Amino acid sequence: MVEVKNLSRQFGTFTAVDNISFQVQQGEVLGFLGPNGAGKSTSMKMITGFLAPSAGTAIINGFDIINKPLQAKREIGYLPEGAPAYPDMTVVDFLEFIAEIRNFSGTEKSKRVDSVIERVSLESVRYQLIDTLSKGFKRRVGLAQAILHDPKVLIMDEPTDGLDPNQKHEVRSLIQDMAQEKVIILSTHILEEVHAVCSRAIIIANGRLIADDTPAALEARAPNHNAVTLTLPAEQQNAASIRESLQGIAHIKELKVLEENDDWFSYLLLPKRDQSIVNQISQIAHQQQWTIKELSVARGQLDEVFRQLTV
Amino acid sequence: MNNSIGIIFRRELNGYFSTPVAYVFIVIFLFLSGVFSFYLGNFFGRGQADLQPFFTFHPWLYLFLIPALSMRLWAEERKAGSIELLLTLPIKPSDAVLGKFLATWAFTAIALALTFPMWITVNYLGSPDNSVIFAGYLGSLLMAGAFIAIGACISALTKNQVVAFIVSVVVCLLFILSGLPLVLDFFTGWAPHMVVELIRSFSFLSHFNDISKGVIDLRDLVYFFSLMVLWLFANVIVIEMKKAD
Repeated sequence: MVEVKNLSRQFGTFTAVDNISFQVQQGEVLGFLGPNGAGKSTSMKMITGFLAPSAGTAIINGFDIINKPLQAKREIGYLPEGAPAYPDMTVVDFLEFIAEIRNFSGTEKSKRVDSVIERVSLESVRYQLIDTLSKGFKRRVGLAQAILHDPKVLIMDEPTDGLDPNQKHEVRSLIQDMAQEKVIILSTHILEEVHAVCSRAIIIANGRLIADDTPAALEARAPNHNAVTLTLPAEQQNAASIRESLQGIAHIKELKVLEENDDWFSYLLLPKRDQSIVNQISQIAHQQQWTIKELSVARGQLDEVFRQLTV
Repeated sequence: MNNSIGIIFRRELNGYFSTPVAYVFIVIFLFLSGVFSFYLGNFFGRGQADLQPFFTFHPWLYLFLIPALSMRLWAEERKAGSIELLLTLPIKPSDAVLGKFLATWAFTAIALALTFPMWITVNYLGSPDNSVIFAGYLGSLLMAGAFIAIGACISALTKNQVVAFIVSVVVCLLFILSGLPLVLDFFTGWAPHMVVELIRSFSFLSHFNDISKGVIDLRDLVYFFSLMVLWLFANVIVIEMKKAD
């Protein structure tokens, strides 16, 4: 379990991270969202013990990162932003170096290195200098060193940044495979990723924690969540009476006319918060015997929630 | 030796040899130490079977060559971002500092050991006092260690290797110059004898010259070792204080 307690960091007069607290349990994949410069990386640097907090601390499986840094760091696998490694080493030398630092030796060391190379598909570049690797391979090397010791806590700063769609998919399925037995914290600004892998999301803006919820619950905060678009053919129907019956629905917040022309009418109906209106609309349509051309329910988009919260 | 110091040490030492740095350094070091002792030091003309002209130029050789070795130690880690990886691994910052320092020192020792043809030459041409020569090598190695400790600490302050190099050269130069008549004469006229001796005592030159004459004085050993300890301690503090800047 990772417990972040009142974490703060000032750089001069600038507050990069302002009193952030949260807990992550085993089995959770926590997405760290926020605009660039919001304090995501700074928070991760403090949780992993790279940067000393101005106040607060992080407790990694019971070890305080400030008072017991070595024990805490042993529990963590960390992929820093940009997946830094030593460019003058080959992939296998680098991973062996990491394995030695992580206290593996002899056959256990080679076993760990081999299995992690297989796990993130690095066989083809095993003996290549890290300097000469493509961005995707470098990222995988970073991922390999982070999971080599099978850490209880895996922290990744933008694990899929700069990868192509196939590579992103691979990394995400790797994360999903490991999710059950670990605490995983990852930062991203790709919102589709949150959907794909995260069981919970935290939004940070200007150093402050402004939302902490499941991706679905966050989406429900979008103004157009559960909004209904209704399109009817114009023949034999009266636009004014249709509008009137729709306005009569209890949970409707707003009715927007998208189109009313000679051929068809189209309306967007926004529900009140946390309400679903599609059932009532279809009931009315049934009662009034409207011919319906199209009826669709919108899902809230994380993008919109994100913008709403952070702009 | 602590396990993680050893692991860092091996990585750093291999790092020198996996890039051209090691070979360029060794070739230039051997070439320059030859040029200095044979031409400037008048190795043959003196008609003496010793390595005095060889050792005399070591402080000046180290002044430029050691900062070139030490500049990358931390500045490169900062530049590449690997410092974040290194310092989030379960090791003490002091282990990383020591491992890196010892690797560079060991590398310098290798380069110094490769000057053995000089030693063979004097033994072939005459019968030198080999204990003086041994003392010269010891003094040279200790002085190199002090230079490296200074260079490593300064390298930790910046992510720019050029800045690390220049500042290291200047600081090392101060440590060399404080023993030269040029500087000492400036003080001898008016300053109390104690002050002059104090300034002299900071100098690499005076301590190194003592040892390379064959006098292994405890004070000289203490001087070089305490200088190393001091700068390495400062290095650890710099790393702890501004890890992420």
